[in-house]
Amino acid sequence: MSYEPVIGLEVHLQLSTSTKLFCGCLAKYGAAPNSQTCPVCLGLPGVLPVLNERVMEWGIRVALAVDCQIAQTMKFDRKQYFYPDLPKNYQISQYDRPLAQRGHLDIVADHAPKRIGITRIHLEEDAGKLLHEASQTESYVDFNRTGVPLLEIVSEPDLRSPEEAYQYLIELKAIIEYLAVSTCNMEEGSLRCDTNVSLRRPGASQFGAKVEVKNLNSFKAVKQALAYEIQRQAVALDQGQRIRQETRLWDARALRTEPMRSKEGAADYRYFPEPDLVPFVIDRALIARMKATLPELPAERRRRYQDAYQLSAYDAQVLTQHAALGELFEGALRCGAPPKPAANWIMGDYLAHLNAKNREPESEKLRPEWLAHLIQLVDDGTISGKMAKDLFVQTLERGEDPRRLVEEGGLKQIVDAAALEPIADEVLRKNQRSVEDYLKGKTTAFTHLMGQAMKLSKGKANPQQMAALLKRKLEQVPS
Amino acid sequence: MALVTPEVIAQVARLARLRLEGPDLTRFTEQLSEILQYVQRLQAVDTERVEPTTHVLPLSNVLRKDEPRPSLPSDTVIALAPAQRPPFVAVPKVIET
Ligand SMILES: [Zn+2]
Repeated sequence: MSYEPVIGLEVHLQLSTSTKLFCGCLAKYGAAPNSQTCPVCLGLPGVLPVLNERVMEWGIRVALAVDCQIAQTMKFDRKQYFYPDLPKNYQISQYDRPLAQRGHLDIVADHAPKRIGITRIHLEEDAGKLLHEASQTESYVDFNRTGVPLLEIVSEPDLRSPEEAYQYLIELKAIIEYLAVSTCNMEEGSLRCDTNVSLRRPGASQFGAKVEVKNLNSFKAVKQALAYEIQRQAVALDQGQRIRQETRLWDARALRTEPMRSKEGAADYRYFPEPDLVPFVIDRALIARMKATLPELPAERRRRYQDAYQLSAYDAQVLTQHAALGELFEGALRCGAPPKPAANWIMGDYLAHLNAKNREPESEKLRPEWLAHLIQLVDDGTISGKMAKDLFVQTLERGEDPRRLVEEGGLKQIVDAAALEPIADEVLRKNQRSVEDYLKGKTTAFTHLMGQAMKLSKGKANPQQMAALLKRKLEQVPS
Repeated sequence: MALVTPEVIAQVARLARLRLEGPDLTRFTEQLSEILQYVQRLQAVDTERVEPTTHVLPLSNVLRKDEPRPSLPSDTVIALAPAQRPPFVAVPKVIET
């Protein structure tokens, strides 16, 4: 039987503020274990959490970027549960008065635009990090991450395929990157994602039983886990089984989901208002100020690339997926590169290089003018398209201007006689006067012709060979 | 009339990681019922025109700048825990979520 998947996504985003959500501890990733904690984030008695102003501002920026309605008043609540990574035994989160609600994000699904609703965005603190590998009998806790600001972004169940879920994540990540409020690094855990999926008969208005899938370590894993889960549920439904509402974990090695060992009884978090944090009235002037500082967002940039540079929708999509790619593209244009070749170099050789090295465009140090110079070198015939590909690799590997690499003689001399012929011919044709002078016995005229020929070959011609060729050709000139 | 049953008390105790058994369970069921009955008197107040209150202080928007302050030394922190394996705090083995 055929079923329609109904998918929702929950994204947790670590904000890259300098300090934690409610205390002045550094929120930096990778510090020595347990070196970034204090009585506030450890929940020692008698302390008072105070909200980090920047977290509220950045939260508003994200909410505005996905067209959410920002609350007039927000408050924090305690979500209570016991787990060794949670020193306070409760997490400060937002329950019924979140920062923002009812937004949306546009994706392209099956070549058509589709709007995905965003239910809510709220602020909460992260938990510590547990290490399980080092011992059979104990787990180890690093509390540095405890209290690091998180933004939880919950989508409506508007997604209908693993591909749509993937596109949603790509677009959301791009927006966040443009806003520069998070490193969005799934390996380091600054972006985390849970998903829920149910199946229903096409046209049905009721949702089926929802299965939550956790432990997704990459966007690819989200796609794979959803595809697996859809298949699993479809087979079960075909066999007349009922789908259990449960949480399952994705096993990236076995490529399947496994039921999570369920805790006794349903979770009961007993939310109640956090008494230590007074409510926040979100000033409309603050929202206006945040709105004014929003950068150009991916969707806007895509439109501009299509309009201003006549790029295809696909090209514009690829170039705007990472803020850094767009900056490289526009930087190259400012240095004189024509749009289409610049786009092709970035989307072709450059992305292939990044993929091969498994690197993000942000970490690569390709300067826009280098790309422009490379294109220029091909355009003015200094190097062939084939040589340009090698030169580009060298530019990336050595971190140097391709112009400089060419000047340094990184390129082979032309020794092929057939390649020198047209250069010699052109020089003789364009310098009739020198040819006549030479034929009249003025030897200095030859020096001039030789100079022109070397210039035309961008210095790559073998000089002896060129001199011999010019002399031979001059002898053949009918006087 | 009892507002809470022994089952509710057992559940609340479990959530709070308290060990309550036998006579304690009965005793706390009675006590908590009495407390709740007393608090129920508030239901008599007319709250028709009263906004829900979550905080009693006439304060809002208490914020701080995103500026670092010193953290505690790592050994001080892990010494607070019942067991440690420097530089970590050690806990009985837990399975990842
Ligand atoms: Zn702290």
